[in-house]
Amino acid sequence: MVCRNVGKTWAEGTARAHEALRDIDLDIAPGEFVVLLGPSGCGKSTLLYLIAGLERQTAGSIFAFRDPVEGPSPDRSLIFQETSLFPWLTVWQNVSFGLSIRGAPEAERRAVAREALQRVGLAEAMEKRPDELSGGMRQRVAVARALAMRPKVLLMDEPFAALDVQTRAKMQDFLLDVWRDSGASVLFVTHHIDEAVALADRVVVFTARPGRIKSIIPIDLPRPRDPFSPEAEALRRQLTEELRSEVDRAFAEQEALTPG
Amino acid sequence: MNTDVAGTAVVPRPAPAPSGLSPATRQALARFGWAVLSVGLFAGIWEVLWALGWADEKLLPPPHIFLGNIPDQARFFNTATRWQIGVDANSGPSPYEAVFITIGATGMRVFVGLLIAAVLSVSIGVLIRYVGILEKLVLPTITLLSPVSPIAWLPVAIFIFGIGNAPAIFMVVVALFFHMVLSTISQIDNVNRNFINVARTMGASKRQVYARVIIPAILPQLLIVLRLNLFGAWMVVLVAESTGVGFGLGQVIMMARNTFNPSLVFFTIALIGLLGFLSDWLLRFVQKRVLYWVPETAGVLRGL
Repeated sequence: MVCRNVGKTWAEGTARAHEALRDIDLDIAPGEFVVLLGPSGCGKSTLLYLIAGLERQTAGSIFAFRDPVEGPSPDRSLIFQETSLFPWLTVWQNVSFGLSIRGAPEAERRAVAREALQRVGLAEAMEKRPDELSGGMRQRVAVARALAMRPKVLLMDEPFAALDVQTRAKMQDFLLDVWRDSGASVLFVTHHIDEAVALADRVVVFTARPGRIKSIIPIDLPRPRDPFSPEAEALRRQLTEELRSEVDRAFAEQEALTPG
Repeated sequence: MNTDVAGTAVVPRPAPAPSGLSPATRQALARFGWAVLSVGLFAGIWEVLWALGWADEKLLPPPHIFLGNIPDQARFFNTATRWQIGVDANSGPSPYEAVFITIGATGMRVFVGLLIAAVLSVSIGVLIRYVGILEKLVLPTITLLSPVSPIAWLPVAIFIFGIGNAPAIFMVVVALFFHMVLSTISQIDNVNRNFINVARTMGASKRQVYARVIIPAILPQLLIVLRLNLFGAWMVVLVAESTGVGFGLGQVIMMARNTFNPSLVFFTIALIGLLGFLSDWLLRFVQKRVLYWVPETAGVLRGL
């Protein structure tokens, strides 16, 4: 994935226009785990949507495997913060939805769904409905659904934000396993510093709006990582410092916008 | 006859069901008990007012009078061939058959009308969102026509369809169609964006997004809209029938008005209420079957 001078202005040319992203230059290597970290509303999710091809950038260009991104592609799977499983389908039908779009026969869809669900440890939930599962299980099904497409890039938009702390830690370990097995690159959006330190090969810190890349911090600690090691501690401190000024700016801006 | 004042006391209380029944059966029994109690209370108050002499039985006959002589009331339902010249009042089906023919005719109009309105309005609502130019071409007219009362369409119904089933069905369709188009569109706009985005990243075409995601996603709300409109359909069909469109329950009410027969009016009202209730129950049953994935939310409110 290559992003060059990417910018996005919402509602461009109208009175409500506002700039979400400016001058984003970012390369993601195959198999790399990149975390986008920044204050809320800094445009990091917007970048994810641009890369997914769901929105068009208003400046610059984005390339996936040397081809410009023109629209969504099964190569780039997106996982959302909130459950996005279709409640009217069973778990296995959800996981194999992409295959059914292509018109694959049921036997093949079942086989692919079973394999993907095995990889997320939910093979026994094939016939269940999404509302019978817990929040963590649902996100695992969403990951399985993304994996079933055999994507080259997994795009994750705060996928664990709605989960409790213990489940979240479990899901992070699980995601690292899945990532290693699949060989896909991961682009992971979060505003949690702990999550960034636990997961990333590289952390990309965003500024407040318009979102720009403030700094890129590589993390080469071996996995599994000890969150209480001095190195992790130091990284957290560094990232907290990086973010603090941005959060302050974002607050000041919001207060300026609020009348009275 | 005064014993009927105690109508409420006769009503079975929602007593604890005998043990050995499943909880679901027990719940259903309790619900039924409460429904009977609710109606019994209403009827009881009416009876008390009559016993006290406040409700004149010539104008507001209490339930025991208008339900007391069913064969006598059923006689008046023999309207099946009434408008035909040369048919005398005593020919044709027996009174009880006539009641069922009348109910069947009205019920058929309601359901056929509802079905046509639902299919037509959902397909047009979806098309309006699917084809951009259709929205600009069609939506203003639909919005313009939707506040027009169905009564205003009655002459049109008769001009076009004359007398019989068609104008009554047309009235039901016209009364429901415009609102249901607008509500279909607003439901399409409220479909969770993530659902659509997920389908798109998996390579779904526009047609597939509509067929596989948007339509199942709006189905639950559409069935609720259909249920709400069911009552509207029952109301409109009576208007259509009472104004000379063939025969049916509306005709019976009209005849009761013209012959000053309040007992017949209330008897027919009771019938209509029962039919509306039954058809709502039927649609709720369908809803539960078709929409297995929609969680029941009423329990949350009960906890308040």
